Amino acid sequence: MTKKWRRVPGYAFLTIFTIFSLFPLFFMVVSATNSSKDVLASRLYPGGNLLNNFKALTEAQNVGAAMWYSLLYAVGTTVLALIICSIAGYGFEVFHSKGKDRLMSVLLLAMMIPFAAVMIPLFQMFARFGMVNSAWAVILPAVSTPFLILLFRQASRNFPHEILEAARIDGLKELAIFARIYLPTMKATYAAAAVITFMTAWNNFLWPKVILVKNDYQTMPMLISNLSAGYVTDYGQLMLAVLIASLPTMIVFLALQRNFAEGMTGAIK
Amino acid sequence: MPRTRTEHSSNYSGISVTQRRNLTGWSFLIPAAALIVIMNFYPMIQALILSFKTGRGNNLHFAEPWWYNYKRLLDDEIFMMTLKNTFIYLIIQVPIMLFLALILANLLNDRNLKFKAFWRTSIFLPCAVSLVSYSLVFRTLFATDGFVNDVLTKIGFIDDPVNWLGQAGTARFVIIFGLIWRWTGYNMVFYLAALQNIDYATIEAAKIDGASSTKTFWFVTMPQLKPMILLTAIMSTNGTLQLFDESWNLTRGGPAYQSMTMSHYLYEVSFQKNPNFGYAAAISYVILILVAVLALIQMKVGDKRD
Repeated sequence: MTKKWRRVPGYAFLTIFTIFSLFPLFFMVVSATNSSKDVLASRLYPGGNLLNNFKALTEAQNVGAAMWYSLLYAVGTTVLALIICSIAGYGFEVFHSKGKDRLMSVLLLAMMIPFAAVMIPLFQMFARFGMVNSAWAVILPAVSTPFLILLFRQASRNFPHEILEAARIDGLKELAIFARIYLPTMKATYAAAAVITFMTAWNNFLWPKVILVKNDYQTMPMLISNLSAGYVTDYGQLMLAVLIASLPTMIVFLALQRNFAEGMTGAIK
Repeated sequence: MPRTRTEHSSNYSGISVTQRRNLTGWSFLIPAAALIVIMNFYPMIQALILSFKTGRGNNLHFAEPWWYNYKRLLDDEIFMMTLKNTFIYLIIQVPIMLFLALILANLLNDRNLKFKAFWRTSIFLPCAVSLVSYSLVFRTLFATDGFVNDVLTKIGFIDDPVNWLGQAGTARFVIIFGLIWRWTGYNMVFYLAALQNIDYATIEAAKIDGASSTKTFWFVTMPQLKPMILLTAIMSTNGTLQLFDESWNLTRGGPAYQSMTMSHYLYEVSFQKNPNFGYAAAISYVILILVAVLALIQMKVGDKRD
């Protein structure tokens, strides 16, 4: 009996923290179906205003375009980042040498550079090449990160070198070995890297806001931020827009939570 | 291991297989390394040069004296306010969050805990929404006529609605509250990963020896978690010094700059009203130096406790 009672504070703490974690999300979902007046009246159950909110929102804002651009930037970043960083991580491990180790420790320093410190020169650089408002300008700064290189490098440690030798004897080119032998065996690492890169890219706010001067190319986070900037906010509409902006990452999260956690912590093993 | 074997066979191009393989290796690294240099190191140097310049828009020239922008920072009351705000967030929020994350991870690591997946997913879930999204949800919850005031008035905790976002103290509190909500689960996952690498037998042994669970936690689990605590502390410090989305969306930096972060002010100086890239670059270098110095201090302190 006493042993059972000792567990109560633990469960109580978990329950309180879980409610704390879930409530704002619950509030977001429920408020998306209520009118602004009901949201302010703290109505905590679903209402029938979802379609009205949707109509008003899509009439006032080009949500479709923002979703499309968010998707374009996030998928573009993810695909490029996975290709470039996995090749590099593989290269660091498989073609290991002292010089490459030194390069890696220099590249790791980039993790400590705050984005704020490179933002203005980056903006000037892209402006000089006439790339303000371009998708490349949004994507390129996020493609190569020391974090992802490290993640793939750590994962490559377990890749058996005997297989490499066998493939070389069979006459396969190095790039072919990477693409045909390494890549298929590293699915889990690719999944983890994809989830974390996609979510970071989708949620990114500051850089797209800086480089996408024209509102036509804005992302979902930019759209919802602008939506709340007016003098009068329609809270039902706002919460619906926030919900739409959050749906893709929430679906990815709930489906691939394990990969996400693996992607976060995988590089530091 | 192929990397230690020396190969003497030479091929048609006159270089050995080892050399050729080494070159192939470099070619694998070049795209990633070049991008990091172009997108991180080069702009970082550019920002330093820029921070010595002054002028409006693209009309920049070296300042006289060259440290003029940095000297100006010291007299800039708004900058000093944002520096103070950022440190308030750092000093209050990071320890509370990491402590909560540690407790939660420890509770979830219990082998006999029921509904483990449910607790973990729920507490981790805030990480799935963007910083802008959650900032706007919290802005709605803490609106003067919003949910939080409604509940507090109904239970009789307050008589009149609190203007949460309109006063310095409460606006800062809401940002800290939001940050704890968004990032505690994130840090908890790091601790869970570290706990899984700890030999459970060491914890079991302490319990069998009669140590209370609090004692087991402090004297057996904690020392083994130290590297991870150091890592999360450095990551959180780094993140807090760069806060932007919350300041911009949740409180708009207000009232009167009193909840604004350094990055938010940097954005204002760079892209609002009269852009002053030189001065903004100086602000960005203060952030860069603070990140580096605080990381070094944390690593030094982390080492000493061994």
